[in-house]
Amino acid sequence: MSLAARWRDSALVVAAILALWQAINLVGGDNLMTSPLATVQHAADMVGQARFWPHLRETVTAYLAALAIAVFGGIGFGVLLGAHRLTGEVAEPIFVALYSIPKVTLYPVILLAFGLGIQAKIAFGALHGIIPIVIFSLNAVRQVNRTWLRTARTMSLTPMQTVRHVIIPATVPEIFSGLRVGAALTLLGTMLGELFASQRGLGFLLMTAIDLHDVKTIMAIALLITLFSVAMNAAMLALDRRLHARF
Amino acid sequence: MSSDGASVHAALVGVTRVYPARAGQPPVHALGPLDLELQRGEFFSVVGPSGCGKSTLVDVLGGLAPPSQGEALFEGKVLGSTVPDGVGVVFQEDASFPWLTVWENVAFGLRRRGTDAAEIRRRVDYALGFMGLQGFAKAYPAQLSGGMRQRVCIARTLVMQPRLILLDEPFGALDQQTRLLMGDELLRLWRETGATVVLITHALDEANLLSDRIGVLSARPGCFIAIVETGWSRDRDSTLAEDPRFGAVTARLWAYLRPESLRALGQQAPAVPDTLRSAAE
Ligand SMILES: Nc1ncnc2c1ncn2[C@@H]1O[C@H](COP(=O)(O)OP(=O)(O)OP(=O)(O)O)[C@@H](O)[C@H]1O
Ligand SMILES: [Mg+2]
Repeated sequence: MSLAARWRDSALVVAAILALWQAINLVGGDNLMTSPLATVQHAADMVGQARFWPHLRETVTAYLAALAIAVFGGIGFGVLLGAHRLTGEVAEPIFVALYSIPKVTLYPVILLAFGLGIQAKIAFGALHGIIPIVIFSLNAVRQVNRTWLRTARTMSLTPMQTVRHVIIPATVPEIFSGLRVGAALTLLGTMLGELFASQRGLGFLLMTAIDLHDVKTIMAIALLITLFSVAMNAAMLALDRRLHARF
Repeated sequence: MSSDGASVHAALVGVTRVYPARAGQPPVHALGPLDLELQRGEFFSVVGPSGCGKSTLVDVLGGLAPPSQGEALFEGKVLGSTVPDGVGVVFQEDASFPWLTVWENVAFGLRRRGTDAAEIRRRVDYALGFMGLQGFAKAYPAQLSGGMRQRVCIARTLVMQPRLILLDEPFGALDQQTRLLMGDELLRLWRETGATVVLITHALDEANLLSDRIGVLSARPGCFIAIVETGWSRDRDSTLAEDPRFGAVTARLWAYLRPESLRALGQQAPAVPDTLRSAAE
Protein backbone atom coordinates (compact mmCIF):
# COMPACT_ATOMS: atom_id res chain seq x y z
CA MET A 1 0.00 0.00 0.00
CA SER A 2 1.30 3.46 -0.80
CA LEU A 3 1.78 5.99 1.96
CA ALA A 4 -0.95 8.26 0.58
CA ALA A 5 -3.41 5.36 0.41
CA ARG A 6 -2.59 4.41 3.99
CA TRP A 7 -3.18 7.97 5.19
CA ARG A 8 -6.43 8.12 3.28
CA ASP A 9 -7.64 4.85 4.81
CA SER A 10 -6.72 5.99 8.31
CA ALA A 11 -8.55 9.28 7.78
CA LEU A 12 -11.61 7.39 6.56
CA VAL A 13 -11.62 5.16 9.65
CA VAL A 14 -11.31 8.16 11.97
CA ALA A 15 -14.11 9.99 10.15
CA ALA A 16 -16.38 6.94 10.36
CA ILE A 17 -15.74 6.56 14.11
CA LEU A 18 -16.46 10.25 14.72
CA ALA A 19 -19.67 10.08 12.70
CA LEU A 20 -20.87 6.99 14.56
CA TRP A 21 -19.97 8.58 17.88
CA GLN A 22 -21.86 11.76 17.03
CA ALA A 23 -24.85 9.70 15.89
CA ILE A 24 -24.97 7.75 19.16
CA ASN A 25 -24.88 11.05 21.04
CA LEU A 26 -27.74 12.41 18.95
CA VAL A 27 -29.88 9.31 19.46
CA GLY A 28 -29.00 8.39 23.04
CA GLY A 29 -28.27 11.80 24.51
CA ASP A 30 -25.48 12.97 26.85
CA ASN A 31 -26.30 10.27 29.39
CA LEU A 32 -25.21 7.55 27.02
CA MET A 33 -22.24 9.22 25.33
CA THR A 34 -21.12 12.82 25.24
CA SER A 35 -20.52 14.23 21.78
CA PRO A 36 -17.00 14.17 20.34
CA LEU A 37 -16.63 17.93 20.65
CA ALA A 38 -17.84 18.05 24.28
CA THR A 39 -15.55 15.13 25.13
CA VAL A 40 -12.51 16.83 23.67
CA GLN A 41 -13.37 20.02 25.54
CA HIS A 42 -13.78 18.17 28.82
CA ALA A 43 -10.55 16.27 28.28
CA ALA A 44 -8.76 19.57 27.68
CA ASP A 45 -10.31 21.02 30.87
CA MET A 46 -9.22 18.00 32.90
CA VAL A 47 -5.68 18.17 31.62
CA GLY A 48 -5.64 21.84 32.59
CA GLN A 49 -6.51 21.11 36.23
CA ALA A 50 -3.72 20.62 38.76
CA ARG A 51 -5.46 17.73 40.57
CA PHE A 52 -5.44 15.68 37.38
CA TRP A 53 -1.64 15.53 37.12
CA PRO A 54 -0.83 13.23 40.09
CA HIS A 55 -3.18 10.66 38.59
CA LEU A 56 -1.61 10.91 35.17
CA ARG A 57 1.84 10.72 36.69
CA GLU A 58 0.88 7.60 38.64
CA THR A 59 -0.36 5.84 35.51
CA VAL A 60 2.59 6.88 33.40
CA THR A 61 5.05 5.82 36.12
CA ALA A 62 3.36 2.46 36.53
CA TYR A 63 3.26 1.95 32.78
CA LEU A 64 6.90 2.84 32.20
CA ALA A 65 8.06 0.65 35.08
CA ALA A 66 5.97 -2.27 33.82
CA LEU A 67 7.24 -1.71 30.30
CA ALA A 68 10.86 -1.65 31.44
CA ILE A 69 10.40 -4.96 33.25
CA ALA A 70 8.56 -6.52 30.32
CA VAL A 71 11.12 -5.32 27.77
CA PHE A 72 14.32 -6.17 29.61
CA GLY A 73 12.96 -9.31 31.22
CA GLY A 74 11.30 -10.45 28.01
CA ILE A 75 14.27 -9.90 25.72
CA GLY A 76 16.73 -11.30 28.26
CA PHE A 77 14.69 -14.40 28.93
CA GLY A 78 13.75 -14.93 25.29
CA VAL A 79 17.31 -14.57 23.99
CA LEU A 80 18.69 -16.94 26.64
CA LEU A 81 16.04 -19.57 25.97
CA GLY A 82 16.34 -19.18 22.21
CA ALA A 83 20.13 -19.47 22.21
CA HIS A 84 19.88 -22.94 23.67
CA ARG A 85 18.04 -25.03 21.12
CA LEU A 86 16.62 -27.63 23.48
CA THR A 87 15.39 -25.26 26.21
CA GLY A 88 13.93 -23.09 23.47
CA GLU A 89 11.97 -26.00 22.06
CA VAL A 90 10.66 -26.90 25.52
CA ALA A 91 9.94 -23.35 26.64
CA GLU A 92 8.14 -22.03 23.60
CA PRO A 93 4.90 -24.03 23.92
CA ILE A 94 4.81 -23.24 27.64
CA PHE A 95 4.92 -19.52 26.96
CA VAL A 96 2.37 -19.80 24.18
CA ALA A 97 0.06 -21.56 26.66
CA LEU A 98 0.69 -18.84 29.25
CA TYR A 99 -0.03 -16.24 26.59
CA SER A 100 -3.47 -17.62 25.98
CA ILE A 101 -4.71 -17.85 29.60
CA PRO A 102 -6.63 -14.78 30.74
CA LYS A 103 -4.27 -13.15 33.18
CA VAL A 104 -7.14 -11.54 35.08
CA THR A 105 -7.46 -14.87 36.85
CA LEU A 106 -4.06 -14.18 38.41
CA TYR A 107 -5.08 -10.75 39.65
CA PRO A 108 -6.06 -11.87 43.18
CA VAL A 109 -2.68 -13.56 43.55
CA ILE A 110 -0.92 -10.36 42.53
CA LEU A 111 -2.99 -8.28 44.90
CA LEU A 112 -2.11 -10.64 47.73
CA ALA A 113 1.54 -10.50 46.85
CA PHE A 114 1.89 -6.76 46.17
CA GLY A 115 -0.97 -5.05 48.04
CA LEU A 116 -3.01 -2.15 46.76
CA GLY A 117 -0.19 0.20 45.73
CA ILE A 118 1.58 0.92 42.50
CA GLN A 119 3.54 -2.35 42.67
CA ALA A 120 0.46 -4.43 41.89
CA LYS A 121 -0.24 -2.37 38.77
CA ILE A 122 3.35 -2.65 37.65
CA ALA A 123 3.37 -6.38 38.22
CA PHE A 124 0.09 -6.82 36.38
CA GLY A 125 1.24 -4.67 33.46
CA ALA A 126 4.58 -6.49 33.19
CA LEU A 127 2.84 -9.86 33.40
CA HIS A 128 0.80 -8.99 30.32
CA GLY A 129 3.65 -7.55 28.32
CA ILE A 130 6.52 -9.90 29.07
CA ILE A 131 5.09 -13.05 27.52
CA PRO A 132 4.78 -11.92 23.89
CA ILE A 133 8.21 -10.33 24.15
CA VAL A 134 9.69 -13.63 25.38
CA ILE A 135 7.99 -15.57 22.58
CA PHE A 136 9.08 -13.20 19.81
CA SER A 137 12.66 -12.89 21.11
CA LEU A 138 12.96 -16.63 21.55
CA ASN A 139 11.85 -17.27 17.99
CA ALA A 140 14.00 -14.46 16.63
CA VAL A 141 17.11 -16.06 18.07
CA ARG A 142 16.08 -19.58 17.16
CA GLN A 143 15.55 -18.60 13.55
CA VAL A 144 18.90 -16.95 12.94
CA ASN A 145 20.03 -18.47 9.66
CA ARG A 146 22.81 -20.99 10.35
CA THR A 147 24.56 -20.06 7.11
CA TRP A 148 24.97 -16.47 8.38
CA LEU A 149 26.73 -17.79 11.46
CA ARG A 150 28.91 -20.04 9.33
CA THR A 151 29.75 -17.05 7.14
CA ALA A 152 30.85 -15.20 10.27
CA ARG A 153 33.15 -18.11 11.05
CA THR A 154 34.71 -18.15 7.58
CA MET A 155 35.53 -14.47 8.06
CA SER A 156 37.10 -15.11 11.45
CA LEU A 157 34.74 -12.82 13.33
CA THR A 158 35.22 -12.68 17.10
CA PRO A 159 32.20 -13.74 19.18
CA MET A 160 31.54 -10.07 19.99
CA GLN A 161 31.64 -9.12 16.30
CA THR A 162 29.29 -11.98 15.48
CA VAL A 163 26.78 -10.73 18.03
CA ARG A 164 27.10 -7.11 16.99
CA HIS A 165 27.17 -7.53 13.22
CA VAL A 166 25.18 -10.71 12.58
CA ILE A 167 22.96 -11.79 15.46
CA ILE A 168 21.68 -8.35 16.44
CA PRO A 169 20.78 -7.17 12.93
CA ALA A 170 19.26 -10.57 12.20
CA THR A 171 17.02 -10.60 15.27
CA VAL A 172 16.11 -6.95 15.86
CA PRO A 173 13.14 -6.79 13.45
CA GLU A 174 11.46 -9.83 15.01
CA ILE A 175 12.20 -8.70 18.56
CA PHE A 176 10.77 -5.29 17.75
CA SER A 177 7.52 -6.89 16.59
CA GLY A 178 7.39 -8.52 20.02
CA LEU A 179 7.96 -5.14 21.65
CA ARG A 180 5.08 -3.62 19.73
CA VAL A 181 2.66 -6.30 20.90
CA GLY A 182 4.21 -6.26 24.37
CA ALA A 183 3.90 -2.49 24.75
CA ALA A 184 0.21 -2.57 23.88
CA LEU A 185 -0.48 -5.45 26.25
CA THR A 186 1.52 -3.82 29.04
CA LEU A 187 -0.74 -0.79 28.76
CA LEU A 188 -3.77 -3.06 28.90
CA GLY A 189 -2.41 -4.83 31.99
CA THR A 190 -1.50 -1.62 33.75
CA MET A 191 -4.94 -0.11 33.13
CA LEU A 192 -6.67 -3.31 34.26
CA GLY A 193 -4.58 -3.19 37.40
CA GLU A 194 -5.74 0.34 38.06
CA LEU A 195 -9.41 -0.37 37.52
CA PHE A 196 -9.60 -2.73 40.46
CA ALA A 197 -8.48 -1.92 43.93
CA SER A 198 -6.39 1.19 43.39
CA GLN A 199 -6.44 4.68 44.84
CA ARG A 200 -4.73 6.70 42.15
CA GLY A 201 -4.22 6.84 38.41
CA LEU A 202 -6.34 7.23 35.30
CA GLY A 203 -7.96 3.87 35.93
CA PHE A 204 -8.98 5.00 39.41
CA LEU A 205 -10.44 8.24 38.00
CA LEU A 206 -12.34 6.15 35.48
CA MET A 207 -13.82 3.87 38.16
CA THR A 208 -14.79 6.89 40.30
CA ALA A 209 -16.50 8.48 37.32
CA ILE A 210 -18.37 5.25 36.65
CA ASP A 211 -19.60 5.18 40.27
CA LEU A 212 -20.79 8.78 39.93
CA HIS A 213 -22.20 8.09 36.46
CA ASP A 214 -20.09 11.00 35.19
CA VAL A 215 -20.31 10.15 31.50
CA LYS A 216 -18.31 13.18 30.38
CA THR A 217 -15.30 12.18 32.47
CA ILE A 218 -15.55 8.51 31.46
CA MET A 219 -15.49 9.54 27.83
CA ALA A 220 -12.68 12.04 28.30
CA ILE A 221 -10.42 9.51 30.01
CA ALA A 222 -11.22 6.83 27.46
CA LEU A 223 -10.33 9.33 24.75
CA LEU A 224 -6.99 10.21 26.34
CA ILE A 225 -6.01 6.57 26.77
CA THR A 226 -7.09 5.69 23.25
CA LEU A 227 -5.18 8.57 21.72
CA PHE A 228 -2.03 7.61 23.59
CA SER A 229 -2.36 3.96 22.68
CA VAL A 230 -3.09 4.62 19.01
CA ALA A 231 -0.22 7.09 18.68
CA MET A 232 2.24 4.71 20.31
CA ASN A 233 1.13 1.80 18.20
CA ALA A 234 1.22 3.78 14.96
CA ALA A 235 4.76 4.98 15.66
CA MET A 236 5.94 1.47 16.51
CA LEU A 237 4.17 -0.04 13.53
CA ALA A 238 5.87 2.41 11.19
CA LEU A 239 9.26 1.53 12.67
CA ASP A 240 8.40 -2.16 12.56
CA ARG A 241 7.62 -1.94 8.85
CA ARG A 242 10.91 -0.19 8.19
CA LEU A 243 12.84 -2.86 10.09
CA HIS A 244 11.14 -5.67 8.23
CA ALA A 245 11.33 -4.07 4.80
CA ARG A 246 14.51 -5.85 3.77
CA PHE A 247 13.67 -9.36 4.94
CA MET B 1 50.76 -35.45 -10.11
CA SER B 2 53.82 -35.21 -7.91
CA SER B 3 53.15 -35.08 -4.19
CA ASP B 4 56.32 -33.52 -2.82
CA GLY B 5 55.45 -31.86 0.50
CA ALA B 6 56.44 -28.32 -0.57
CA SER B 7 53.70 -27.87 -3.17
CA VAL B 8 50.90 -29.51 -1.20
CA HIS B 9 48.57 -26.71 -0.16
CA ALA B 10 45.80 -28.59 1.62
CA ALA B 11 45.29 -32.26 2.33
CA LEU B 12 42.93 -34.84 3.76
CA VAL B 13 44.44 -37.89 5.40
CA GLY B 14 42.12 -40.79 6.16
CA VAL B 15 39.24 -38.40 6.76
CA THR B 16 35.77 -39.62 7.60
CA ARG B 17 32.84 -37.65 8.90
CA VAL B 18 29.91 -39.18 10.75
CA TYR B 19 26.97 -37.10 11.89
CA PRO B 20 26.04 -38.31 15.37
CA ALA B 21 22.66 -39.92 16.02
CA ARG B 22 19.79 -37.55 16.71
CA ALA B 23 16.40 -38.14 18.27
CA GLY B 24 15.11 -41.33 16.62
CA GLN B 25 17.69 -41.15 13.82
CA PRO B 26 20.73 -43.39 13.49
CA PRO B 27 24.14 -41.74 12.95
CA VAL B 28 24.88 -40.82 9.32
CA HIS B 29 28.22 -41.81 7.85
CA ALA B 30 28.42 -38.99 5.33
CA LEU B 31 31.97 -39.05 4.07
CA GLY B 32 35.13 -41.07 3.62
CA PRO B 33 37.53 -42.53 4.34
CA LEU B 34 39.15 -40.02 2.04
CA ASP B 35 42.69 -39.08 1.06
CA LEU B 36 43.45 -36.02 -1.01
CA GLU B 37 46.40 -33.74 -1.73
CA LEU B 38 45.64 -30.38 -3.27
CA GLN B 39 48.61 -28.82 -5.05
CA ARG B 40 49.24 -25.13 -4.53
CA GLY B 41 47.46 -23.21 -7.28
CA GLU B 42 45.54 -26.10 -8.75
CA PHE B 43 41.91 -26.03 -9.80
CA PHE B 44 40.23 -29.10 -8.35
CA SER B 45 36.59 -29.98 -8.85
CA VAL B 46 34.46 -32.50 -7.03
CA VAL B 47 31.50 -34.21 -8.65
CA GLY B 48 29.26 -36.77 -7.02
CA PRO B 49 25.65 -37.87 -6.74
CA SER B 50 23.34 -35.77 -4.61
CA GLY B 51 23.63 -36.35 -0.88
CA CYS B 52 27.03 -38.06 -1.18
CA GLY B 53 28.78 -35.69 1.22
CA LYS B 54 30.09 -32.90 -1.03
CA SER B 55 29.09 -30.11 1.32
CA THR B 56 30.45 -32.12 4.22
CA LEU B 57 33.77 -32.29 2.35
CA VAL B 58 33.76 -28.48 2.08
CA ASP B 59 33.11 -28.20 5.82
CA VAL B 60 36.08 -30.39 6.63
CA LEU B 61 38.46 -28.73 4.13
CA GLY B 62 37.46 -25.30 5.40
CA GLY B 63 37.80 -26.09 9.08
CA LEU B 64 34.07 -25.58 9.66
CA ALA B 65 33.62 -29.10 11.00
CA PRO B 66 36.31 -31.43 12.31
CA PRO B 67 36.70 -34.86 10.73
CA SER B 68 35.43 -37.76 12.83
CA GLN B 69 38.62 -39.63 11.97
CA GLY B 70 41.80 -38.60 10.22
CA GLU B 71 43.20 -35.14 9.66
CA ALA B 72 42.59 -32.17 7.43
CA LEU B 73 45.59 -29.94 6.77
CA PHE B 74 45.93 -26.45 5.37
CA GLU B 75 49.39 -25.02 4.69
CA GLY B 76 50.88 -27.72 6.86
CA LYS B 77 48.68 -27.09 9.92
CA VAL B 78 46.04 -29.49 11.19
CA LEU B 79 42.54 -28.02 11.05
CA GLY B 80 40.13 -28.26 13.93
CA SER B 81 36.90 -26.36 14.02
CA THR B 82 38.09 -22.88 13.20
CA VAL B 83 38.42 -21.54 9.69
CA PRO B 84 42.03 -20.50 9.20
CA ASP B 85 43.04 -17.20 7.71
CA GLY B 86 43.51 -17.58 3.98
CA VAL B 87 40.55 -19.89 3.41
CA GLY B 88 37.41 -18.53 1.74
CA VAL B 89 34.15 -20.45 1.53
CA VAL B 90 31.09 -19.84 -0.65
CA PHE B 91 28.19 -21.89 0.65
CA GLN B 92 25.64 -23.79 -1.35
CA GLU B 93 22.78 -21.86 0.26
CA ASP B 94 22.28 -18.13 -0.08
CA ALA B 95 24.29 -16.52 2.69
CA SER B 96 23.88 -12.84 1.82
CA PHE B 97 22.87 -10.58 4.70
CA PRO B 98 19.44 -9.13 3.92
CA TRP B 99 19.97 -6.08 6.16
CA LEU B 100 23.00 -4.88 4.17
CA THR B 101 23.21 -3.48 0.64
CA VAL B 102 25.13 -5.41 -1.98
CA TRP B 103 28.10 -3.09 -1.48
CA GLU B 104 28.02 -3.50 2.31
CA ASN B 105 27.67 -7.26 1.97
CA VAL B 106 30.79 -7.44 -0.12
CA ALA B 107 32.69 -5.12 2.22
CA PHE B 108 31.54 -7.04 5.32
CA GLY B 109 34.59 -9.23 5.96
CA LEU B 110 37.12 -6.51 5.18
CA ARG B 111 35.42 -4.08 7.55
CA ARG B 112 35.48 -6.59 10.39
CA ARG B 113 39.13 -7.21 9.64
CA GLY B 114 39.84 -3.49 9.92
CA THR B 115 41.19 -2.94 6.41
CA ASP B 116 41.47 0.77 5.63
CA ALA B 117 38.55 2.41 3.89
CA ALA B 118 40.28 3.30 0.62
CA GLU B 119 41.52 -0.24 0.18
CA ILE B 120 38.05 -1.64 0.96
CA ARG B 121 36.51 0.66 -1.63
CA ARG B 122 39.07 -0.36 -4.23
CA ARG B 123 38.61 -4.09 -3.67
CA VAL B 124 34.82 -4.01 -3.36
CA ASP B 125 34.35 -1.93 -6.51
CA TYR B 126 36.67 -4.27 -8.38
CA ALA B 127 34.85 -7.39 -7.16
CA LEU B 128 31.44 -5.93 -8.01
CA GLY B 129 32.63 -5.18 -11.51
CA PHE B 130 34.12 -8.62 -11.80
CA MET B 131 30.83 -10.23 -10.82
CA GLY B 132 28.75 -7.96 -13.05
CA LEU B 133 27.07 -6.29 -10.10
CA GLN B 134 28.23 -2.65 -10.54
CA GLY B 135 24.70 -1.42 -11.14
CA PHE B 136 23.42 -3.06 -7.97
CA ALA B 137 25.79 -1.71 -5.34
CA LYS B 138 22.98 0.05 -3.48
CA ALA B 139 20.37 -2.67 -3.89
CA TYR B 140 19.37 -5.04 -1.10
CA PRO B 141 19.58 -8.83 -1.60
CA ALA B 142 15.78 -9.13 -1.50
CA GLN B 143 15.70 -7.12 -4.74
CA LEU B 144 18.05 -9.55 -6.54
CA SER B 145 17.57 -12.91 -8.21
CA GLY B 146 18.97 -16.04 -6.57
CA GLY B 147 21.85 -16.17 -9.03
CA MET B 148 22.79 -12.55 -8.36
CA ARG B 149 22.71 -13.12 -4.61
CA GLN B 150 25.06 -16.03 -5.06
CA ARG B 151 27.38 -13.71 -6.99
CA VAL B 152 27.27 -11.28 -4.08
CA CYS B 153 28.46 -14.11 -1.84
CA ILE B 154 31.25 -15.01 -4.25
CA ALA B 155 32.37 -11.37 -4.41
CA ARG B 156 32.27 -11.17 -0.61
CA THR B 157 34.65 -14.12 -0.40
CA LEU B 158 36.95 -12.94 -3.20
CA VAL B 159 37.65 -9.51 -1.67
CA MET B 160 39.22 -11.30 1.29
CA GLN B 161 41.85 -12.58 -1.17
CA PRO B 162 41.84 -16.17 0.10
CA ARG B 163 44.66 -18.51 -0.88
CA LEU B 164 42.29 -21.49 -0.83
CA ILE B 165 38.81 -20.89 -2.23
CA LEU B 166 36.08 -23.46 -1.57
CA LEU B 167 33.01 -23.06 -3.76
CA ASP B 168 30.00 -25.25 -3.02
CA GLU B 169 27.85 -25.32 -6.18
CA PRO B 170 28.16 -21.56 -6.61
CA PHE B 171 26.58 -21.47 -10.06
CA GLY B 172 23.64 -23.69 -9.20
CA ALA B 173 21.13 -20.87 -9.56
CA LEU B 174 22.50 -19.56 -12.85
CA ASP B 175 21.36 -20.22 -16.39
CA GLN B 176 23.73 -22.13 -18.67
CA GLN B 177 25.07 -19.08 -20.59
CA THR B 178 25.82 -17.06 -17.47
CA ARG B 179 27.36 -20.16 -15.99
CA LEU B 180 29.83 -20.46 -18.85
CA LEU B 181 30.75 -16.80 -18.64
CA MET B 182 31.15 -16.94 -14.86
CA GLY B 183 33.34 -19.98 -15.36
CA ASP B 184 35.61 -17.96 -17.65
CA GLU B 185 35.78 -15.19 -15.08
CA LEU B 186 36.60 -17.69 -12.37
CA LEU B 187 39.42 -19.09 -14.51
CA ARG B 188 40.78 -15.59 -15.07
CA LEU B 189 40.68 -14.89 -11.34
CA TRP B 190 42.34 -18.21 -10.59
CA ARG B 191 45.15 -17.42 -13.03
CA GLU B 192 45.63 -13.88 -11.73
CA THR B 193 45.65 -14.71 -8.03
CA GLY B 194 47.34 -18.08 -8.10
CA ALA B 195 44.83 -19.29 -5.52
CA THR B 196 43.98 -22.94 -5.04
CA VAL B 197 40.34 -23.55 -5.98
CA VAL B 198 38.07 -26.39 -4.95
CA LEU B 199 34.78 -26.32 -6.85
CA ILE B 200 31.84 -28.53 -5.99
CA THR B 201 29.50 -28.91 -8.94
CA HIS B 202 26.91 -31.23 -10.35
CA ALA B 203 27.60 -30.17 -13.93
CA LEU B 204 30.09 -32.58 -15.44
CA ASP B 205 31.09 -30.36 -18.37
CA GLU B 206 31.63 -27.44 -15.99
CA ALA B 207 33.96 -29.55 -13.87
CA ASN B 208 35.70 -30.71 -17.03
CA LEU B 209 36.14 -27.24 -18.49
CA LEU B 210 37.44 -25.53 -15.38
CA SER B 211 39.58 -28.11 -13.66
CA ASP B 212 43.09 -29.48 -13.62
CA ARG B 213 41.78 -32.52 -11.77
CA ILE B 214 38.31 -33.80 -10.97
CA GLY B 215 37.54 -36.02 -8.00
CA VAL B 216 34.56 -38.31 -8.53
CA LEU B 217 32.77 -39.24 -5.32
CA SER B 218 30.80 -42.43 -4.78
CA ALA B 219 27.26 -42.46 -3.38
CA ARG B 220 27.15 -41.89 0.42
CA PRO B 221 29.45 -42.29 2.22
CA GLY B 222 31.38 -40.32 -0.38
CA CYS B 223 34.78 -41.79 -1.29
CA PHE B 224 36.88 -40.92 -4.33
CA ILE B 225 36.28 -43.62 -6.90
CA ALA B 226 38.46 -41.82 -9.44
CA ILE B 227 40.53 -38.70 -9.81
CA VAL B 228 40.57 -37.61 -13.44
CA GLU B 229 43.34 -35.38 -14.79
CA THR B 230 42.16 -33.20 -17.65
CA GLY B 231 45.53 -31.94 -18.88
CA TRP B 232 44.15 -28.56 -20.09
CA SER B 233 46.52 -25.62 -20.38
CA ARG B 234 46.38 -22.88 -17.75
CA ASP B 235 44.98 -20.26 -20.13
CA ARG B 236 41.92 -22.29 -21.10
CA ASP B 237 38.44 -20.82 -21.41
CA SER B 238 34.95 -21.95 -22.41
CA THR B 239 35.93 -22.30 -26.08
CA LEU B 240 37.64 -25.48 -24.92
CA ALA B 241 34.29 -27.21 -25.34
CA GLU B 242 35.06 -27.42 -29.08
CA ASP B 243 38.16 -29.54 -28.42
CA PRO B 244 37.52 -33.16 -29.44
CA ARG B 245 39.20 -34.38 -26.22
CA PHE B 246 36.65 -32.43 -24.18
CA GLY B 247 33.77 -34.79 -24.87
CA ALA B 248 35.93 -37.78 -24.05
CA VAL B 249 36.66 -36.46 -20.55
CA THR B 250 33.00 -35.73 -19.84
CA ALA B 251 32.14 -39.23 -21.05
CA ARG B 252 34.72 -40.72 -18.71
CA LEU B 253 33.31 -38.77 -15.77
CA TRP B 254 29.83 -39.99 -16.56
CA ALA B 255 31.01 -43.58 -16.89
CA TYR B 256 32.33 -43.38 -13.30
CA LEU B 257 29.35 -41.49 -12.00
CA ARG B 258 26.41 -43.27 -13.58
CA PRO B 259 26.34 -46.35 -11.34
CA GLU B 260 26.89 -44.14 -8.27
CA SER B 261 24.04 -41.85 -9.20
CA LEU B 262 21.80 -44.88 -9.64
CA ARG B 263 22.87 -46.12 -6.20
CA ALA B 264 22.20 -42.70 -4.68
CA LEU B 265 18.71 -42.69 -6.20
CA GLY B 266 18.13 -46.12 -4.68
CA GLN B 267 19.18 -44.80 -1.25
CA GLN B 268 16.40 -42.24 -1.43
CA ALA B 269 13.61 -44.08 -3.23
CA PRO B 270 11.44 -46.39 -1.13
CA ALA B 271 11.41 -50.05 -2.17
CA VAL B 272 8.75 -50.87 -4.75
CA PRO B 273 5.84 -52.47 -2.88
CA ASP B 274 4.92 -56.04 -3.87
CA THR B 275 1.45 -55.11 -5.06
CA LEU B 276 2.87 -52.70 -7.63
CA ARG B 277 5.54 -55.16 -8.66
CA SER B 278 3.10 -57.96 -9.49
CA ALA B 279 0.90 -55.52 -11.40
CA ALA B 280 3.85 -54.49 -13.53
CA GLU B 281 4.87 -58.01 -14.41
N1 LIG C 1 23.82 -31.88 10.23
C1 LIG C 1 23.55 -33.10 9.75
N2 LIG C 1 23.09 -34.08 10.55
C2 LIG C 1 22.83 -35.31 10.07
N3 LIG C 1 22.99 -35.66 8.79
C3 LIG C 1 23.45 -34.75 7.94
C4 LIG C 1 23.76 -33.41 8.36
N4 LIG C 1 24.20 -32.72 7.30
C5 LIG C 1 24.17 -33.57 6.25
N5 LIG C 1 23.73 -34.79 6.63
C6 LIG C 1 23.60 -35.98 5.77
O1 LIG C 1 24.88 -36.31 5.29
C7 LIG C 1 24.82 -36.66 3.92
C8 LIG C 1 25.74 -35.80 3.12
O2 LIG C 1 25.26 -34.45 3.17
P1 LIG C 1 25.91 -33.30 2.29
O3 LIG C 1 25.12 -32.07 2.51
O4 LIG C 1 27.36 -33.22 2.58
O5 LIG C 1 25.68 -33.87 0.82
P2 LIG C 1 25.87 -33.15 -0.58
O6 LIG C 1 26.62 -34.08 -1.43
O7 LIG C 1 26.42 -31.78 -0.39
O8 LIG C 1 24.37 -33.06 -1.08
P3 LIG C 1 23.75 -32.10 -2.20
O9 LIG C 1 24.11 -32.70 -3.51
O10 LIG C 1 22.29 -32.16 -1.96
O11 LIG C 1 24.34 -30.74 -1.99
C9 LIG C 1 23.37 -36.54 3.51
O12 LIG C 1 22.80 -37.83 3.50
C10 LIG C 1 22.74 -35.70 4.57
O13 LIG C 1 21.41 -36.11 4.80
MG1 LIG D 1 25.71 -29.95 -0.82
